[in-house]
Formats: sequence, structure tokens, C-alpha cells
Amino acid sequence: MSLIDTFFNWAVFVGALPALLEGLGITVLLGAVSIFAGTVSGLAMALVRLYGPAPLRLVARVYIDALRSIPLLVLLVLVYYALPFVGVRLSSFVSAALAISLVSCAYAAEIFRAGIQAVPRGQFEAAQAIGLGFASSMRYVILPQALRIVVPPLTSNCINVLKDTALASVVAMPDLLKQATQAQALAANPTPLIGAAVLYLLLLLPLVRLVSYFEARHPSR
Amino acid sequence: MTTALIQIEQLRKSFGAMHVLHGIDLEVQPGEVLVVVGPSGSGKSTLIRCINLLEEYQGGTVRVDGIRVQKGPELVKVRTDVGMVFQSFNLFAHLSALENVALGPLRVHRLDRSAATARATDVLAQVGMGEHSHKFPAQLSGGQQQRVAIARALAMQPKVLLFDEPTSALDPEMVGEVLDVMQQLVKTGVTMVIVTHEMGFARRVANRVVFMEAGRIVEQGPPEQFFGAPQEARTQAFLKAVLQH
Repeated sequence: MSLIDTFFNWAVFVGALPALLEGLGITVLLGAVSIFAGTVSGLAMALVRLYGPAPLRLVARVYIDALRSIPLLVLLVLVYYALPFVGVRLSSFVSAALAISLVSCAYAAEIFRAGIQAVPRGQFEAAQAIGLGFASSMRYVILPQALRIVVPPLTSNCINVLKDTALASVVAMPDLLKQATQAQALAANPTPLIGAAVLYLLLLLPLVRLVSYFEARHPSR
Repeated sequence: MTTALIQIEQLRKSFGAMHVLHGIDLEVQPGEVLVVVGPSGSGKSTLIRCINLLEEYQGGTVRVDGIRVQKGPELVKVRTDVGMVFQSFNLFAHLSALENVALGPLRVHRLDRSAATARATDVLAQVGMGEHSHKFPAQLSGGQQQRVAIARALAMQPKVLLFDEPTSALDPEMVGEVLDVMQQLVKTGVTMVIVTHEMGFARRVANRVVFMEAGRIVEQGPPEQFFGAPQEARTQAFLKAVLQH
């Protein structure tokens, strides 16, 4: 059996393609849901971490540190396999989306915090001086400037989230990786795995290029 | 006897263990132009930053137009009545000159967009920045930025304008254009409190000059008396040091 037939078997690839594309769809959906939930909650977490009342600030800090320390795979296994023991049964999609979002929230919170803190203090004072309250100062003055600063690291975080969705295959999510391993077992041939790797590359390479583009356009200060 | 627009009584302020204001008493009458001078670290900037609560104070009271300046629902009213111009301009970097000036009318006074834009256009013209209204702060010189910052304060139609060393961060050739704008404002009759090192300007525009040192008011008086015949030894020493060149 030649190398080509083993790793790049066209017939096997064509046979597996529908399953792979279905898996890719789920990967993208899981990624999109997790990116959205993680980013929105990360912004809220950053605001609590910076401006909340003292007890909540502490909670936010502990949360951010803990969730950045725990391996995502461990958290995912906990959510999917441990929670049922206390009566919480989540589908594999919800488990994966929850675990990935919880972690992504912590990373996004740190990114937003750094961005907000990079806005000069004088901007807050000028906003206060014309009578803008806290919420308006944030919305019209601080966040628009902070968001520009965080676009490159935030995009980087999105890439990590998309990559981390592959971990969902361990909780029986039919995502791209899971579909590929199943197709590999069925065909007794690793070509579907190669196909999955190529699809991941096609999905993520443009995003990686995008980060480089952002960084070149907005050199960090 | 008119009531004072700004009433400061026994104002005390400290940063941790360091006391920067030791019981300041000061009143500013409507229409008055008050210039505050003194060496660096004397508490001049801190004093005017207490007037719109950019600095919180530990003792005494500050009132603007009869309203106690403190945290709470009335603070917005105080801050819209008190315009502030900063040493470092602090223009909103992501907004054009026009948007910088229109933001307050739009979001604080809640004018509609066309009315806010009209008011912003008016005050930008007043400071001679009408033709630069579409530019962003990074595209403007320091003097131009400071004039936009003055327009931003004026757009709130404040009862009093605070200037915190408005020309100290400027290249020398740009100081004049900012002082010219301020001098025009004096003619409009708006109340002004100005912290500055520009003694010539202080002498020209002030109704009253206040000299601060080490967190206390040492001496105050009309400019001709203050600069011509200062009473206190410390004032004399300060004026000798700043005026001799």
C-alpha cells in the first residue's frame, strides 16, 4: 500500500467529506456560540473586576485566576461527567459551550481590563468634567478607545476558542475532530484525519493572518 | 451683595498621609476672573479639581451656585455648570473636534443631533477652530487642541470655567493663541478660575489674584496691588523669582 493510498486516499476522503463538513458546521457553531458568550461575559467580568463593589471585585478576581488556571479539558470533563451526579445533565453541545465560554470569559476579561486600563486617565476626567455619568463615560468615551486597543488580542483569543472546540470530541460531540476519528475507524484509513486537519487550517489561517494585519495597523503602544 | 457662585469653606484635602490643602476659604463672585498662582505642589490644581469633584476632599464644604459639591444625584448639575480645561487637553482621541464638542450637549443635555451639532459648530467658530472641526485630535497642534478643549467646555454653557494650567503643556509659540481665546472669554463676562504661571496674562485679565503656598492661601488682592505691592514676604519672594527674567 503506497503512502498516497494510506494518507491521501481520494475515495476515502470523498466518502468521509459529508461527515467532515457536518462536523465543521458544528465546530463553527460551537466556536461562534462560545466566542460570543465568552466575549460578552468577559467584558462584564472586566467591568466588575475594575469597578464593582469590593466583594464582587474579589469574586471576579478569584474567578478569572481560577478559570485561567484550570485545564479546559478537565473543566469540560467535570461539566459533562461530574455534574450528572448532582442531577445536572447537560447535552454534549451545552456542556462544551459552557466549559469553553467560562474559560474564554476569564481570558477575555483580562484582555478587556488591560484595554480599559490603557486608556489614559485624563479621558475619564474629561468625560466626568462635562457631566457624563459612569455608564455614559464608558459607552461613549472609554470603551470605544479600549476596544480598538484590544482587537488584536481579542481576535487571538477567538482563535484559541475555535481551536479548543476540538476538545469537545471527548464528550461525544460530533464536531469536526470526532467525525474524522469516526470516519477513520470506519474506513480503517487515516485520510479523514488529514482532511480534518486541512479544514481546521482553512478555517483558522485567515484569522491568524487577520491578527497579524491588526497588529501591523495598530502597533501596540 | 450678590451671593457667591463658588463658596469654599475650610476645605481640607490629603493624599494618604500627605496634606495638600489646609482649610481653604475662598469665594468667587459671578463674573469674576480669579487667577490662582503659586509654586508647584502648592495645591492650586488640587483646589480647582475639588470644585467639580475630580478630587474628593476630606473636610470642609464646596458649593457651586448654592449646591453642595459631593457624590450624589446633584453632581451632574454641578459638573454641567462647571466647565474644565486641562493642562493636557484630554480631548477624546477617537472623536473629531466637532464630535468632542457635541458629545456633552448630545449625551448630557440630551439635545438632538442637529441641535448639538449646531451648538458645537458655534463654539468652535468662537475659538477660531471652525475650519478644523472635522479633524481628529492627533491631527491638531497643541494650541488647536486646547482651543477645541475650551470649546468643549463652553458647549455645556457653564456658569464658571476652570482652567488648570491651560498653557503649561504647550510649545511657546502656541501659548498666545490660547491666551487670546481666554481673553476673549473674559469679555463675555463668564466667571473664570484660572491656575496659571503666565504672570503677564494674570495681570491683564484678573479681577483678583490668589497666591497659594503649601496648601494655604497666603495672600490675595487685585492684580495691581498683588503685583505692585505684595504684602507677604513669601509672595514677594515668589514674584521676584518668577518675574525677574
